[in-house]
Amino acid sequence: MVGHIAMRSIDRPDGQAARPTLGSVAGASSALARDGRSLPDTPPIKAAAENFSFFYGQFQALKSITLPVYEKHVTALIGPSGCGKSTLLRACNRMHDLYPGNRYEGAIRLLPDNTNLLDPAVDPIEVRMRIGMVFQKPNPFPKSIYENVAYGLRIRGEKSRSVLDDRVEEALKGAALWAEVAHRLNEPAFALSGGQQQRLCIARCLATDPEVLLFDEPTSALDPIATASIEELIDQLRQKVTILIVTHNMQQAARVSDFTAYMYLGELIEFGETRQMFVNPVRPETEDYITGRFG
Amino acid sequence: MIPADLSGIQRIIRRNKRRDLIFAIFGFVALLIGVLTFLALFLQMAFAGWERLTPDFFTSFPSRRAGQAGILSAWVGSVLVMLVTAVSAVPLGVAAGVYLEEYATRSWVTDLIEINVTNLAGVPSIVYGLLALGVFVYAFGFGQSILSAGLTLGLLILPVVIVATREAIRSIPQHIREGAYALGATRWQVTRDHIVPYSMPGILTGVIIGMSRAIGETAPVITIGALTFIAFLPESPIGPEFPWVNFEWLKSGFTVMPIQMFNWTSRPEEAFQQNAAAAGFVLVLMTLAMNAISIWIRYHLRKDIKW
Ligand SMILES: Nc1ncnc2c1ncn2[C@@H]1O[C@H](COP(=O)(O)OP(=O)(O)O)[C@@H](O)[C@H]1O
Ligand SMILES: [Mg+2]
Repeated sequence: MVGHIAMRSIDRPDGQAARPTLGSVAGASSALARDGRSLPDTPPIKAAAENFSFFYGQFQALKSITLPVYEKHVTALIGPSGCGKSTLLRACNRMHDLYPGNRYEGAIRLLPDNTNLLDPAVDPIEVRMRIGMVFQKPNPFPKSIYENVAYGLRIRGEKSRSVLDDRVEEALKGAALWAEVAHRLNEPAFALSGGQQQRLCIARCLATDPEVLLFDEPTSALDPIATASIEELIDQLRQKVTILIVTHNMQQAARVSDFTAYMYLGELIEFGETRQMFVNPVRPETEDYITGRFG
Repeated sequence: MIPADLSGIQRIIRRNKRRDLIFAIFGFVALLIGVLTFLALFLQMAFAGWERLTPDFFTSFPSRRAGQAGILSAWVGSVLVMLVTAVSAVPLGVAAGVYLEEYATRSWVTDLIEINVTNLAGVPSIVYGLLALGVFVYAFGFGQSILSAGLTLGLLILPVVIVATREAIRSIPQHIREGAYALGATRWQVTRDHIVPYSMPGILTGVIIGMSRAIGETAPVITIGALTFIAFLPESPIGPEFPWVNFEWLKSGFTVMPIQMFNWTSRPEEAFQQNAAAAGFVLVLMTLAMNAISIWIRYHLRKDIKW
């Protein structure tokens, strides 16, 4: 009920801004296939799923998803548990390739080079080097704070100590963690609190300058204060990097995202500007979900 | 019957606690049996062999006179054979375990291999001895040497190392692996930088369990032709000139502690029984020392590994 009130209290934007519905998404991504550009009234597209379907063996977890992800904006994926949010997110960096029996159909394109990330000819490692991922449970390596952040650089062959030092510092600053850990970079990462560990995982991604950052419910294992700090961080990061975030928390989606996609049973039900969607959803299913009548 | 009143509840709690106590006593007795057996054996050997445990005992070759006989060739032999065992079994066992867990895709072939490895751990050690006699001693021409013995015992503990490696790898949470892959690491990088280091404490435990078994093995070592009476030492592994290492010792004939013990126990004279007890005491100490070292290393590795 609190959620209901909180959401309804969002100010209605003056006038009805253009609402990208599924139709315009499809338009956007076919336009993008032609000249790599999006519709004039939306920001440039960084990535887009086109008729993307996904199968865990025989089970179809995603059904023909078409969804744009706008550059340097935050796109939230919401929907009830089991609707396929994580599956979609993990497809974006080919995580599913680690397990046998998974199958992709359709495309997820990354701009500006218009690479289909799912193309078997594209090495999943190349995809993962371009797209970072932050997991639900903070998963720092059982190494020092420094080594955690430096690891992405090390596997890219960086050996110079001074370069590593600089990039580690920069990444930790970018993740709003530097002040807290500057004096103890060589201490084990697990000595940090949960929220700090999650920011460390964000720093670990930032160190290698990813083009897109994927977040899978990054605050669901954290307390409210740590959650607030992560949300604040995401808010800052949007200026530098394109963000796709899964959240089961609708207030969080409303707070941090510019665009929202509502998914249900493996389908994309509605996509739009977050403010629009929370105030005036097009589809009744979306409205039921975000008003808490179901889910 | 569900109790209706307070005294009923209290009666049930008393009954449950009595059962608790009964198990606690049973468990304690079970533990005591194990501990006391070990202590009895250990102390008996210590008392029986006490007088022989002089520095001379460690620095003398065996002799026909019990009073002058020592375990020099035996303990040096055991240490060198164990060295070869560790150096051969650890890399092979770890590589096989890592391959099965991280590289092989599950199929009936890997299932078959898995069953095989588990069964291998149960094969009687004398069978390894026979195999080694044919393969190492004759086919490869290593002779009745420290190298043959070390490799034989290496094979013997290989399944233990493989199983320990796999167990240790399985205890690494999947989200740690995924974290590394998500940064763009290759399988080899994940293995080298994460899987192997994080499973090291578990692997070490397996290695030491295997080595503790191997150091006491007699049958396979006799089968491949360990001598029972040796009055010389293998060449020193440290050479006098560059590169300061010397592998001649690998080809040397040898004996090991349990064989020396066995030799002495089969003598009729009481004095040799004393020697056997003293050697047994030293053998147990060697095993305990290995365990202590592994516990220490494990403690130091494990305190940095948490998730
Ligand atoms: N490894 C898997 N194998 C088979 N089915 C899976 C697997 N992972 C998830 N699923 C199924 O796919 C659907 C979507 O799951 P998921 O993407 O995890 O949902 P969400 O993140 O939205 O809660 C669910 O029905 C789930 O049961
Ligand atoms: Mg999920």
